[in-house]
Amino acid sequence: MNKPATANSFRTGPDEQGMFGIFGGRFVAETLMPLILELEHEWNAAKNDPAFRAELDNLSTFYAGRPSKLYFAEGLTKHLGGAKVYFKREDLNHTGSHKINNCLGQILLARRMGKKRIIAETGAGQHGVASATVSARFGFPCVVYMGATDVERQKPNVFRMKLLGAEVKPVSAGHGTLKDAMNEALRDWVTNVEDTYYLIGTAAGPHPYPEMVREFQSVIGKEARQQILEQEGRLPDVLIAAVGGGSNAIGLFHPFLDDREVKIIGIEAGGHGLDGDEHCASMNAGKPGVLHGNRTYLLQNEDGQIKDGHSISAGLDYPGVGPEHSWLRDSGRVEYVPILDDEALEAFQVTTKVEGIIPALESAHAIAHAMKIAPKMKKDEIVIVNLSGRGDKDVHTVASMMGMEI
Amino acid sequence: MTTRIDRRMAKLKAEGRPALVTYFMGGDPDYDTSLSIMKALPKAGADIIELGMPFSDPMADGPAIQAAGLRALKGGQTLVKTLSMAHEFRKADDETPIVMMGYYNPIYVHGVERFLDDARAAGIDGLIVVDLPPEMDAELCLPALKAGVNFIRLATPTTDDRRLPRVLQNTSGFVYYVSMTGITGSALPDTSKVSVAVRRIKAHTELPVCVGFGVKTAEQARAIGASADGVVVGTAIVNAVANVLDGKGGRTADPAQAVATLVSGLAQGVRSVRLAAAG
Repeated sequence: MNKPATANSFRTGPDEQGMFGIFGGRFVAETLMPLILELEHEWNAAKNDPAFRAELDNLSTFYAGRPSKLYFAEGLTKHLGGAKVYFKREDLNHTGSHKINNCLGQILLARRMGKKRIIAETGAGQHGVASATVSARFGFPCVVYMGATDVERQKPNVFRMKLLGAEVKPVSAGHGTLKDAMNEALRDWVTNVEDTYYLIGTAAGPHPYPEMVREFQSVIGKEARQQILEQEGRLPDVLIAAVGGGSNAIGLFHPFLDDREVKIIGIEAGGHGLDGDEHCASMNAGKPGVLHGNRTYLLQNEDGQIKDGHSISAGLDYPGVGPEHSWLRDSGRVEYVPILDDEALEAFQVTTKVEGIIPALESAHAIAHAMKIAPKMKKDEIVIVNLSGRGDKDVHTVASMMGMEI
Repeated sequence: MTTRIDRRMAKLKAEGRPALVTYFMGGDPDYDTSLSIMKALPKAGADIIELGMPFSDPMADGPAIQAAGLRALKGGQTLVKTLSMAHEFRKADDETPIVMMGYYNPIYVHGVERFLDDARAAGIDGLIVVDLPPEMDAELCLPALKAGVNFIRLATPTTDDRRLPRVLQNTSGFVYYVSMTGITGSALPDTSKVSVAVRRIKAHTELPVCVGFGVKTAEQARAIGASADGVVVGTAIVNAVANVLDGKGGRTADPAQAVATLVSGLAQGVRSVRLAAAG
């Protein structure tokens, strides 16, 4: 296996085979392989095309509302009594999460490739909504695969997708969560490969998706780096982001990877704890394996069968992780720690009360870790948390966890 | 070096008829029943056996094979048990080629070198691993070839002439042509399109070309067998098993007998190709 990065940089991967060390790759059926190669070719052309860049920048500014603000969370900082906590406000983007960054990039690519139909998978529904949104904007029919369990716990987003003209197909296989939705999307793709573009929502899947999604999401970290330099005159001490597949996290982390003085922490869904199977902490409790087109850390049994996992947050309820995170874990550059359902729920409520911001349950995992470490840090130290999405979609889940009817 | 696959294909070529390649899911619905199905296959007229390795996330399979894999896993099947089935089968049959078919992760987790040692010891002749395209040959294909195990590649309608040589490069045993872009168990496309595709592949290789995905009846087997060197049937066999299960752990008939009845009919289909050519 080739090493993607030199000793001097963590930012040069993947290699030409799509590998980040032993992770990544193109583990797909032959039917898809010619299309994957075509996609790679088009992506390489597009990323070097100033017109593509200009159109994406224009849409990011006027349609999605970028740049997103870097907000000093004064209420939470006071509440914690330690380091200064900043939120990167991806929740303020059009559609309410970071997912739009990737969808705008990929829909332009789909159009460039002459595709006629969009398919997507979704967990929490944020990527499904963003996919349905850009499909509506650019006039594509859109089919979103969503686990039946997630359809139930993310009803507001299901309705939004339908309003936007997308067809939502519930998937009842397995636990009816993101993994099962991705299997079904891949089956659709292999069947309709000629005219269909698969808009993958996270920095995972076969090469070039992990690199491509990272590039579209890196706008988060590029902006945050510039903003903190403007607002504080220096780089942060700690970055924190939640990791499901890991697109918001890699988007924030990547531009900082070579700033060695910045400590970088990814948060996995600890569910009910890592002792049993009720969690989605693939990098803390899994081992390397091959699923959904890439090699990465996976929750699996000793026979290589994939486990379903559990998280209170539908967006983190996935037994794998993007391959670059696996590589960053093994290289030691990024630390990955679990946060339990209860801790995320507590952070959700605290943030709502002291900041007047209702965070997505995914983002609440990242905030929960900031709540653990900030009180122990100095007052002039800085923590940036990626507030990847807003929590309106989660109010039903939170209400039922709190034993309330709405 | 020749394998059981090479020898069987050469023999059938001499007989002037295509091979009947039968897929079943190892461990469906349980180990013992599945072994009895495996033993019944050659007697019913199967020329090559594809032994399915169940996987939790079979992303190229339709509902029938997905359900079969889940039944097998629920019944306690593992990769080690699937290898042991082959080993048991070999005690009484050292001629019928066995090809293991499935997905890469269970093999990767077992360890590639250890898997190849175990597979050879169990009398496995070939491998079909759906999620290992030629771009990933270093993972399993090249080690398998070195170990003397055939690595049978899938070629599909999207594999164009430019790509075909790459797909064929490290393929051995036979080439498995997937008749359509889709998942297992979909409807068979126009057989004339299939014969054009088979001719296209044969222009690039000396290897036998077997065609699968969508073949369910003796008539379809005969039609496909007229142009291909072999016909692969999978979903229909898996359905024959499912149809005699009552969903409560019981069965309404013997699964091995149900499979044998189906396979006998399919075998007549491929054998009538020779009769037609001779007559």
